[in-house]
Amino acid sequence: MSELLSSALNRVLLALNRARPALNRVLLALTAFWHILVDARFAATVVEVMADAETGSSDTPGGEPARLRKAEPNSGLQLLGLLQQQGRFIDFLEEDVGAYSDAEVGAAARVVHEGCKKTLMQHFSIESVRAEAEGARVTIPAGFDSSAVRLTGNLVGQAPFTGSLTHRGWRVTEVRLPQVASGHDLAIVAPAEVEL
Amino acid sequence: MSDARYAVGIDLGTTHCALSYVDLGKSEREEAVQDLMLVPQLTGPGSVEALPLLPSFLYLPHPDEFPAADLTLPWTGSEGPILGEMARNTGAQTPIRLVSSAKSWLCHPGVDRRAAILPPGAPEEQVSRLSPYEASLRYLAHLRDAWNHEHPYDSLAAQEVTVTVPASFDPAARELTAEAAQAVGLGHLVLLEEPQAALYSWIHDSAGRWRKQVHVGDIILVIDVGGGTTDLSLIAVTEREGALELNRVAVGEHILLGGDNMDLALAHVVNAKLTAAGKSLDPWQIQALTHGCRHAKEALLADPTLEVVPLVVPSRGARLIGGSIRTELTREEVTRTLVDGFFPQVPVNARPAGRSRTALTKLGLPYAQDPAVTRHLAAFLGMQIGATEHLPGFEAEGAGSFLHPTAVLFNGGVFKAGLLAERITQVVNDWLASDDAPPARLLEGGDLDLAVARGASYYGYVRRGGGVRIRGGTARSYYVGVESAMPAVPGLEPPIHALCLAPFGMEEGTQANIPPQEFGLVVGEPVRFRFFGSSVRRDDPVGVLLEDWSELEIEELEEIEANLPAEERTPGEVVPVFLRASVTEVGTLLLEAMPRDGPEHWKVEFNVRSTADE
Repeated sequence: MSELLSSALNRVLLALNRARPALNRVLLALTAFWHILVDARFAATVVEVMADAETGSSDTPGGEPARLRKAEPNSGLQLLGLLQQQGRFIDFLEEDVGAYSDAEVGAAARVVHEGCKKTLMQHFSIESVRAEAEGARVTIPAGFDSSAVRLTGNLVGQAPFTGSLTHRGWRVTEVRLPQVASGHDLAIVAPAEVEL
Repeated sequence: MSDARYAVGIDLGTTHCALSYVDLGKSEREEAVQDLMLVPQLTGPGSVEALPLLPSFLYLPHPDEFPAADLTLPWTGSEGPILGEMARNTGAQTPIRLVSSAKSWLCHPGVDRRAAILPPGAPEEQVSRLSPYEASLRYLAHLRDAWNHEHPYDSLAAQEVTVTVPASFDPAARELTAEAAQAVGLGHLVLLEEPQAALYSWIHDSAGRWRKQVHVGDIILVIDVGGGTTDLSLIAVTEREGALELNRVAVGEHILLGGDNMDLALAHVVNAKLTAAGKSLDPWQIQALTHGCRHAKEALLADPTLEVVPLVVPSRGARLIGGSIRTELTREEVTRTLVDGFFPQVPVNARPAGRSRTALTKLGLPYAQDPAVTRHLAAFLGMQIGATEHLPGFEAEGAGSFLHPTAVLFNGGVFKAGLLAERITQVVNDWLASDDAPPARLLEGGDLDLAVARGASYYGYVRRGGGVRIRGGTARSYYVGVESAMPAVPGLEPPIHALCLAPFGMEEGTQANIPPQEFGLVVGEPVRFRFFGSSVRRDDPVGVLLEDWSELEIEELEEIEANLPAEERTPGEVVPVFLRASVTEVGTLLLEAMPRDGPEHWKVEFNVRSTADE
């Protein structure tokens, strides 16, 4: 009976949570109470979670659960504008490369390469994540930063991991984007030009 | 001296400005703690960036051209012209609103430098133009605002400021530069010649080792080829009481010839190829091509194995792939146009063709007519053969046909292409070898773009006793024209004699003696005098009257004008006056008219073209 009840309550809880997640903590407390009372495994899990909360360790770093946030569009628009101004980035991508020979595409690519490279150098300081040459054998110790090093292939066992470096990675160490006037419309990444 | 916290050096260049500063409190002996100010400037509409250089370009926008908010700077609203990077970029597409090379106009003797004449091609009723003086003032005001924004408790007005000027600037251009700096509130100001600033920067970079790299008897040739001008100076090394001394013994003529001419020349070569192939470029594309040529040139001159560098002139429209024009710059073209065109291997007796004379043109700048830097250099060294005659430790150059430099220091962005510095060194050494003299050493300089600003702030520091100073004083002697007293001959102008007012090498803050000749000035009426300068006559004392001279020795400058106000005197009265020269603490030449019978002084003006034009 308890199994049946708890699964029914679970479904109610999930539905409520989806609908109004912040306003149902009383109901959540009641449900949790019921669960702990009737479900030994659930009770054990709650003990673990509460112990973790006290010591501060948890699966998500910092103790705060990770949340998704919307990427701020302004710096993206600004960078797009800079790449277009200096490197004709949008012009190049918006054009149908199929209609041209490799030599023609290559010539235009020089403009894009030179301009975009200049933008990159001017506004970002970039270094490689790993200093070793690509192809070198590297050992990744325990507790490595998994966002800076991606393990691929035969991924089994425990750290330290040993493998060959396929890409050195890039890390931006400094961003120097121009300041933007508050009234400026960043969505215009290239104004229309009219010659008088 | 003031209780300034910083010594600030401003390079007010023809194509770029830069500001460097020394923290006086943290600096000791030859260890100056130096930094470079990044200059916030508009880089596009609504976009402000702090860059090491402020391009010396000024754009006068149409009222409908940009939304007001898009021209916001960190420190002001959005009024007035646009300066710097955005001005240069916008002006490439709308040249009638772009002010460039204002500094060359500031020393153009054929125009009134306070008259609103820039941009020269702009329709007068449509574009409110600026004077060369005001353009310089705006660049300085921008640097002042940027500084004050970054140092709110140490305003620029309270700092020791050194502004650099070309060694070849005439007295009027020096005075206008100082006046512009004072007008933006720079109270503790001195002027410094740019080649000297480059040498100061070298001294600072050497961290005391310069004493090992130069010796008594050395003559250092400083070759400063900037974006718009070529500036030459000679600095001799002497000894006094056991310590090395540096003496600037000669400066070259004002040569309007620089890196921009070279990039433009290459662009013309490439453009001619395109025209021959039936492709035509609009002005915007030529600008892009010039820009591309600069990079291609630097690549070719840096890597001797490279034979060809591809160049792509982007389309103006959105069709980048379909509309762009592909071409290339070859090593042969660079060698022919640049290396042999601007730096030909010439004998030491070669002279530049066609000296550019002042009265030729009022519409454009008096660009050098001969593009060969090496020919200008040969003329300079030949003319200055006697520059070190009177210095202790230097023997008179007996057998030689020109002054023998023993060391060379290069400055200016042009020499980022190392091959060009090598070519000049080789040409100079060939000249030296033909006189059986040892080759000149190369003094390794620092940053070619920033050395002048850095040297200027270091100079502000050494003026307070922190290191070696270059002695020099005025690089010319000055003369006023006096009509000789002789019976009038119909159809023959009375010959002009030159009366020396200021001797060569007057130091800052000194006065020349009063020459005995009197001049009659009419009260209330401007009176003009012919005015002359010489960069080689080192021995003329004040008051000497030259009856004839060679055009190579003495150059006629703009007329000067004395205007006696009518206060306490009757208009029309003729007052006998003496003319006295002094050099101000700032470093400008000052001429005064002093009546025989009174305590007054009236300033004699240098830049007087306006009244003549009206």
